[in-house]
Amino acid sequence: MTLWFEILLLILLVVTAAGAILVKDLISAVFILGSYSFLLALVWAWLGAVDVAFVEAVVGAGLATIFFLLTLFGTAPKDTHLRRSAPPRLALLGLPVLGLLLLYAAEDLPRFRNPASPASVHVSPDYLSNSLEDTETPNVVTSVLMDYRAFDTLIETAVIFTAGVACVLLLGRKRE
Amino acid sequence: MIDAHDSLIVRTMARLLIPLIQLFAVYVLVFGQYGPGGGFVGGVMLGTSLILGILVFGPEESPCRLANKVVHGDGIGLIIFAGVGGLCLIGGGEFLNYSDLEIPWVTTDSRRRFLGILMTQIGVAVDVAVTAISIVFSLSSSDESEQPDD
Repeated sequence: MTLWFEILLLILLVVTAAGAILVKDLISAVFILGSYSFLLALVWAWLGAVDVAFVEAVVGAGLATIFFLLTLFGTAPKDTHLRRSAPPRLALLGLPVLGLLLLYAAEDLPRFRNPASPASVHVSPDYLSNSLEDTETPNVVTSVLMDYRAFDTLIETAVIFTAGVACVLLLGRKRE
Repeated sequence: MIDAHDSLIVRTMARLLIPLIQLFAVYVLVFGQYGPGGGFVGGVMLGTSLILGILVFGPEESPCRLANKVVHGDGIGLIIFAGVGGLCLIGGGEFLNYSDLEIPWVTTDSRRRFLGILMTQIGVAVDVAVTAISIVFSLSSSDESEQPDD
């Protein structure tokens, strides 16, 4: 029962991703991309990554859509329709081979929820067992982001700040 | 390019929704340590609520005067975040090691780290919200300067 829902979710994910690329009207593409982000947020929530799902829903479906729409309204109406040439033969041959190679490589990845996978034996057991004691924070994601890995988050905040400054310098003209 | 929207429905809905979004953003920000969410999501939602106000009421209207001022505060969030790290240095410890924060009436290390996480999350939220609003302003102002060419 739930498996059918998940398969439907993944099919819808692929369909919306393809639709966002293939649709001619760019404004429709932006909205399809927003729905893709919502479906992706559902997939994250299904996999148990609730924080990532939250960010995906708010940023991918909300903020990015606003930015794309404002960019489209800011550009000339001429380029709301794209003309695409047919894909070259090399891509039609090469991309399936690349996909097969990726599937072959995916065989060696650790199974999902495997407790012995490299990601869950290095430092995450320490974080999981000590977070509540060390920081009084039940949500381990928050304590890892803001305390154990606070320096990374500081640099990420600096990246966001730099993005804002760069946008103002490149796009912002004098406003009265 | 951003003008006030003249539809009564849109304006009433925005008037209703903006405080709700802001309330939920603050909830997500403050309770990020107990549930999903945190500084980043809270900041994005805070910025998005102000962007909704800008898009519906126009940049000069009263609910969004705050947003006009906010753009000048680019970098305040980063200063808050790095400042908490600096306070840890002043407290005699390592940069961003919150257990050395000097907070009055707080005795345990875990409580200090809890409050340090909260303060840095507020820094991240301010930074993200200001950046979102300033990107919206810069995206729309570039159009304003091009309009005389048409």
